[in-house]
Amino acid sequence: MFSQNPIMNGPNYSFNDAPPKANAPEGARQHRFDPYTDNGGSTLAIAGADFTIMAGDTRLTSGYSINSRYHPKVFKIGGTTADQHDATLVLSVVGFAADGEALKERLDTICKMYRYRHGKPMSVKACAQRLSTILYQKRFFPYYAYAILGGLDDEGRGAVYSYDPVGSYEREQCRAGGAAASLIMPFLDNQVNFKNQYVPGSGEGHALQERERNPLSRGAVEILVKDAFDGAVERHIEVGDGLQMMVITKNGIEEILQPLKRD
Amino acid sequence: MDHRPQAWGRPRDDVYGAYDGSYFQNSGPKFATQSPVVTGTSVIAIKFKDGVVIAADNLASYGSLARFTNVKRLRVFLDTTVVGFGGDVSDMQYLDRHLNELAIDESYENDTTETAAATTTSSSDPSSTSTQTPNNPAGSLNAANLHKYLQKLLYRRRNDFDPLWNHILVAGLDASSKPFLASVDLRGTAFTSPSLATGFGAALAQPIMRRYAATEEDAAKLTREQAVDIIKECMKVLFYRDARSLDKYSIAVVTKDGVELKEEEQLEKQSWAFAERIHGYGTQTV
Repeated sequence: MFSQNPIMNGPNYSFNDAPPKANAPEGARQHRFDPYTDNGGSTLAIAGADFTIMAGDTRLTSGYSINSRYHPKVFKIGGTTADQHDATLVLSVVGFAADGEALKERLDTICKMYRYRHGKPMSVKACAQRLSTILYQKRFFPYYAYAILGGLDDEGRGAVYSYDPVGSYEREQCRAGGAAASLIMPFLDNQVNFKNQYVPGSGEGHALQERERNPLSRGAVEILVKDAFDGAVERHIEVGDGLQMMVITKNGIEEILQPLKRD
Repeated sequence: MDHRPQAWGRPRDDVYGAYDGSYFQNSGPKFATQSPVVTGTSVIAIKFKDGVVIAADNLASYGSLARFTNVKRLRVFLDTTVVGFGGDVSDMQYLDRHLNELAIDESYENDTTETAAATTTSSSDPSSTSTQTPNNPAGSLNAANLHKYLQKLLYRRRNDFDPLWNHILVAGLDASSKPFLASVDLRGTAFTSPSLATGFGAALAQPIMRRYAATEEDAAKLTREQAVDIIKECMKVLFYRDARSLDKYSIAVVTKDGVELKEEEQLEKQSWAFAERIHGYGTQTV
C-alpha cells in the first residue's frame, strides 16, 4: 500500500532511495536552454606575395537588432603584452561572439606561453595546427565560430588558414567567413583566383586558355576588400557599420578602419 | 492499513499515487534554471561627457502579473560602478550577494584607511587625491574590470548549461577614467556602445538614444542634464508601450565624483492622449 514501506523498501526514508519519477524519461525537459546564438557579421582574408590582409566588419547583431556598431572581429594574437605591439599573427572570428572571444583569448594565451617558453614568436604553421587542435578538443560542444588565421610563412609569403567550427582547416589564398561568406566568396574566386577568366580570343571550347594567375598587389587587395564588403553591406542586413582591416607585412601589422553603411 | 510510525502523516499511495521523490535525488541531472520565473524588464543607459546615466524600473513581474513593485534593479559596486539587471530576479539576487562578497574582498585587499591617511598628510597637492573616489583607489576593480568579470562568470555558467538568466548593463569609468558602458547577456556575449538597452528597451529606447548619441563623439558632447532628460524620455516611452513596466523607477548617474542613485523616481508629465487615436487592438470593436 505504501511504496516507502520500510520492510518492502529497505531500512528507512533515506532521500537516496526515494522512488524514481514514474513518468517522463530521465533528463527529459520541455524547455531547454540554447547555449548558442548567431551574432552575424562577416570576415575576409587574402594572402598576397609578401603580405596578408585580414578584414571584418564591426557590426554585432542579434536577430534584427544591432547590438553594437563597433565590435571588432579581427585580433592581433601572441604579442608579448596586452597591447600586442609586437604580434605577428592575426585571428578573425565570426559566428557566436562569446565563443569567438573565448577562442581568441585561449589562442592568445597559448601563443604568449609559447613565446615565453621558446623565446621566439609562434610560426603561422604551428599556430594553425594548434588552433585546429583547440577547436577539435571541443568537438562535442563546439566553439560556434568560423576562424581565419593570417600571417607570413617561413619564406615571408602571405599565409591564410581557414577553419570550420570543429577544427577542419586548410591553407588557402583567400577565404570569406560568416554571414555574407556566400556573397563574398564567389567574388573572391573570380577576382583573386581568376576563376572563369580567360584570355580573350585564345580559342574556342577546350582551346580557350585561362588567364594567368599572379599574386595581387597590396593596393589592389585593399580595394578588393572594400568592394567585397560594400557589396555584402548592400545585400546582407547583418553586415555593416565599419570595416576593420589588418595588413600583415614583415614590418609589422597595420590596422585600418573605414566606414561602411550604417543602415 | 499500515499503522507503524514510519507511515504516519504520509499520503496514501492508493489515493495519491506513489510519492515522487525525484526532487530529493542528488545524483542524475542538475535542476538548472531552464527559464526565468520572476523577471525584470528593460535596463537603459547612455554615456555623456563625463559619465554614464543608467535607469531601470522597480517592477519584478511573475509572467504577466506585476508581482513585486518595489524591487531595486540598479546595484552600486564599490561606490564607483552601477550594475543594472534585466531578466530573472532570483539570479539577480544571487549575483548581488556574489558581488557583495567580491566588494568586501576587494576592500580588504586594497585597504584605503592607511594609505588614504598617508597621502593626505604627506602630499599637499589636493588634485592627486581628488581624481579618485575614497573607496576606489587605483588598483581596485573599475567598471571595465567588473564587466569582464561578469562576462567570464556568465559565459562559464552557460558552458555548464546552468545559465544565470540575466541581461546586465555595467556603467562606470574605465582605467583611464573615461565613461564606460557595456553589456553582457546570459550566454556571455559582451559588447559596448554609446547607448545600450536590454529587453524591450533595445527596440523602443535604443532608437531614441541613438538620435542623440549615434557615435562616441556625439555622446562625448552630451551634458549630464541632456543625458538625464533623454533617459527619462525613454523610460516614459517604455512605460507607454511595455506592458511589463512600471512608472516608478531607479536612475543613477555615475561620474568620477561617485554614484548618485535615486531609487524612488516617478515618471513625470505623462500624456496618454495618443491612446485615444489607437484603434483596432484587442477587444475594441469600433
